[in-house]
Amino acid sequence: MTHRRALGIPAALGVLCVICLLSLAIGALPLSPAAVWHGLTDPASSAYPVVRQMRLPRTVLGLLVGAALGVAGALMQALTRNPLADPGLLGVNAGASAAVVTATALFGISGLGGLIWFALAGAGLISVLIYLIGGSGVGSPARLALAGTAVNAALYAYVGAVELLDTDALDRMRFWTVGSLADADFPTVTRIAPFLLLGALLAAGCARPLDALALGDDAATSLGGRPALTRAVAILAIVLLCGAATAACGPIVFVGLMIPRLASRFTGPSLPRILPYCAILAPVLLLGADVLGRVVARPAELEVGIVTAVLGGPVFLLAVVGRRS
Amino acid sequence: MQPNHASGPASRLAARRLTISYTHRTVVRELDLEIPDGSFTVLIGPNGCGKSTVLRALARVLKPSGGEVFLDGTPIAGLPSRHVARTVGLLPQAPITPDGITVAELVARGRYPHQGPLRRESPEDRRVVERCLEQTGIGDLAARPMAELSGGQRQRAWIAMALAQDTELLLLDEPTTYLDLAHQMDVLDLCARLHRDGRTVVAVLHDLNQAARYATHLIAMRDGAILAAGPPATTLTADLVQQAFDLPARIIEDPESGTPLVIPRVHR
Ligand SMILES: Nc1ncnc2c1ncn2[C@@H]1O[C@H](COP(=O)(O)OP(=O)(O)OP(=O)(O)O)[C@@H](O)[C@H]1O
Ligand SMILES: [Mg+2]
Repeated sequence: MTHRRALGIPAALGVLCVICLLSLAIGALPLSPAAVWHGLTDPASSAYPVVRQMRLPRTVLGLLVGAALGVAGALMQALTRNPLADPGLLGVNAGASAAVVTATALFGISGLGGLIWFALAGAGLISVLIYLIGGSGVGSPARLALAGTAVNAALYAYVGAVELLDTDALDRMRFWTVGSLADADFPTVTRIAPFLLLGALLAAGCARPLDALALGDDAATSLGGRPALTRAVAILAIVLLCGAATAACGPIVFVGLMIPRLASRFTGPSLPRILPYCAILAPVLLLGADVLGRVVARPAELEVGIVTAVLGGPVFLLAVVGRRS
Repeated sequence: MQPNHASGPASRLAARRLTISYTHRTVVRELDLEIPDGSFTVLIGPNGCGKSTVLRALARVLKPSGGEVFLDGTPIAGLPSRHVARTVGLLPQAPITPDGITVAELVARGRYPHQGPLRRESPEDRRVVERCLEQTGIGDLAARPMAELSGGQRQRAWIAMALAQDTELLLLDEPTTYLDLAHQMDVLDLCARLHRDGRTVVAVLHDLNQAARYATHLIAMRDGAILAAGPPATTLTADLVQQAFDLPARIIEDPESGTPLVIPRVHR
């Protein structure tokens, strides 16, 4: 037991390294590991523009966004006591997306620096809504997932409608609205990193209090916890993580559902143990989906948001059916 | 232990003029209550009379709308929550079992007030968890998922969780529900042992005869007020049972323990 736990994190990190390497090597122009190395280190190498300026920022962004979505998913599941909760599926990411599209289309705002605040506001609004619908454990897990799906669908429809306005600004965002890493660059990474860092710190801080809260408000309070504060911090962390991630690469669903479920198989239901696995395995899924999207439609690309949705649908169904039995 | 101010409570845990309301209804009004130090106090009373409510207020889980709970002579509302959590433990009547949790993991959560926000389990934590599992007789179930246990086994795991909090005052809301008679006795014996070892134990029980046999101090409630409080031998009378439960009863001496035994009268 202890041995398996001790080995788990290094093993997961190993898988992540392999995926990162694949993400640097695979694409319209496949590269050998040696060419990837030269592309990273030697500005004179012919691979340098592809690796250093396109695939490296894309991979780094995938790492950060994946980790953010995975951790946010674990928090959301703990907060709502619902193993089917995923910020993407419940509409938090779509809320951020709707706010960004609105800001772009109606107010003509462009550039991540301004849009990220709209993304955070949109994510915040939907998080609070979700929390009010199903946060206190009223209703069945499936009910919350259904309500979230409805919210999600409405927001997607809204985004689609705004897109019909067809402004130049929106045209550049066509890939973004389905969830894409293709336009990644380092300014994007540095712009969202502080928000993700703050979100991650808050997530780490509320992991143990959320574990206490899982026993019910009375038990948690008697253990010295403060349920209202814990919930507020967890929601803030989710908003920061999902808002910033969505601002950078559009709404991505299912990553936050699949990974925490998988992680808890290894760790049991303890959030401080689950979160590190989520931070490592969710980027594996996201980058893996991104690489897959580059392979299946070569020389074109399938957006990562589409790939995760296609992969996630069956997993979600299995999860729902699995809970029945 | 504490300086006995003329106005302040004499015992470590006490309530003065306690008033508790849920959204619109006042459930407990101006209640004065003492939990004698080192006692095994048992709360009895009909369903809905406010036993759980009072217990929750004593553990500072519920904020009273009036009056005050005192812990060691200080209003409990002003004490740091971690200090309260290391001094008073509460096993709620209906706690929630997290999905997929094992017995040992559940019991370990009782160590929460002894750990820092980021600190891992210490050897001391593990020792206490081990001890609590043994004390409640579920050492062999440690690795089992809670979902796969019987109601009684689950109940004992929860008691072990509350024990792991390692508090000098332990409040248990109906610790014997779901248990067969033998396991009820086990749990009560466990409470009695904890009490002998120096802890102050407060439990809500529905079986009056068990209450009479185990309690050193009995508190009978009705409609949010205390009807009587004191040693069972003098407190548990036919009058009291009539007042509390509207139940005509005879009281005889328990041939085993010499404590009062409540025999409900036959209705005709
Ligand atoms: N969360 C709540 N909101 C509103 N009213 C409540 C709440 N909890 C309890 N009550 C009411 O307060 C009164 C006292 O409830 P309490 O749970 O303290 O009773 P009890 O003596 O523990 O009963 P039981 O023996 O059934 O456990 C009841 O009338 C109940 O309906
Ligand atoms: Mg009760």
